[in-house]
Amino acid sequence: MIQIENITKSFDDVPVLRGISLTVEKGEFVALIGRSGYGKSVLLRHVAGLLKPDSGRVLVDGQDLTSLRGRELEALRSRFGFVFQGGALFDSLSVFDNVAFPLREKTRKSEEEIATQVRAALVRVGLETSEDKLPAQISGGMVKRTALARALVMEPEFLFFDEPETGLDPLTAQGVLDLIHECHRNLKFTGIIISHQLPRVFDVVDRVAVLHNGQIRYFGPPDGLERSADEAVRQLVTGRA
Amino acid sequence: MQPEVLTSNPTGFAPVVLLQQLGARALLLLARAGRMGIFLGRMVGFALTPPVKVARVVRRVHFIGFGSILVVMLTGAFTGMVLSLQGFYALSRFGSDAFLGPLVALSLVRELGPVIAALMVAGRAGSAITAEIGIMRNGQQLDALELMGLNPFRYVVVPNFLAAMISMPLLACLFDVVGIWGGYTVGVKLLGVSGGTYMGEIATYLEMKDIMGGIYKAISFGGIISWVCCYKGYYTDFGAEGVSRATTQAVVMSSVLILVWDYFMTSAMF
Repeated sequence: MIQIENITKSFDDVPVLRGISLTVEKGEFVALIGRSGYGKSVLLRHVAGLLKPDSGRVLVDGQDLTSLRGRELEALRSRFGFVFQGGALFDSLSVFDNVAFPLREKTRKSEEEIATQVRAALVRVGLETSEDKLPAQISGGMVKRTALARALVMEPEFLFFDEPETGLDPLTAQGVLDLIHECHRNLKFTGIIISHQLPRVFDVVDRVAVLHNGQIRYFGPPDGLERSADEAVRQLVTGRA
Repeated sequence: MQPEVLTSNPTGFAPVVLLQQLGARALLLLARAGRMGIFLGRMVGFALTPPVKVARVVRRVHFIGFGSILVVMLTGAFTGMVLSLQGFYALSRFGSDAFLGPLVALSLVRELGPVIAALMVAGRAGSAITAEIGIMRNGQQLDALELMGLNPFRYVVVPNFLAAMISMPLLACLFDVVGIWGGYTVGVKLLGVSGGTYMGEIATYLEMKDIMGGIYKAISFGGIISWVCCYKGYYTDFGAEGVSRATTQAVVMSSVLILVWDYFMTSAMF
């Protein structure tokens, strides 16, 4: 379970997060939506422990992520997976080696076991024929799928997605969302996804959080969004000002 | 957090505004120096505590050390040759051209070998280190490492630090040997100094403390190059322009620091 408690964050005295509180239950998948530049990625980076809040805290299964350091933080992060907007693949490593990287570094498995596990992950994301290619030699959609495979290969308990379908054509974007949905059904991870694919992302998640002006303006099931009394929420969902 | 440079004029009194701006600039510089100091502390701390990624260190030794051999040999040869030319011109005025060998050898071993080899490595490998880490930062690859529960310092910074400290003394020694050979070629083959005298006098005047002094210098220069270049890459600004600026700053700063540190080390050791 992830509990975000009253997080505030400012950059150069400009407040970005103004007291965010949110709880993601174990096994739950939450979409974080909002207009561009309103702090969704900043919030997700707090949840992953990449940023420290000015005040407030993030609890992961009761452990205060904001106060952890060194090996304790590394141990907690070993339970995380994160799919970055740009994939964040290691550009000097092949698709296979990118997916194998966390297994080689974090486990004592033999190369044979690693190869079996990596190939299974690549089959799951449909990249079994591209394992020898470098990230620069594959398409944007394949980069996202490789990043997903790399995140999944360690079977994380918590998985975060920062706009995994950004920059992809609608069909490929839908394919990535379907893949994420399938993985969540199979692996039951606790997840947060930032997405602009509205309303398609609503089919994938259990609940939706709407971030506007540094505050959560809606947190509930997707089908309650259009009935929200908050104009900013309705505008975001309908796409009309 | 970096202090903001004041641009407004709350008091309206020009000298006060100037002082405010100077103060803010000084605070900014102090903050950056502090961050560099903390970076150095973390780099050394992680280098001294296991686990050390040996395979990555070996790969970086190959890149920093082996990859710099050609440029170090070229610069070493020509430095020795020009030293020999200039030295012969000066020494022959006093009838002391027999001391050409020690002049070339002592100049190279004590000073020019470590310094010029370090400047070459800063230009060739240091700039590449900054660009590589900067691109990793911009491409969120360092964040990806952190989120895998891996420490970017251990994976990216420490291997470069150790590899530079291992490679630099070896490269400086190579520079010295090739430089002495270059000086021999010019002095003995072109200018007519006796080969036996050239080499014999080197053996007489070159002491172990000269060689060790050069090696200590080279090790510390390796530390400086990796520290500055890793730091600049790690905290690079965004975009291609940011990486380009960081790379330039890394080479300039490490070159200047090498020369400044060289003076202090020479003062302390000799």
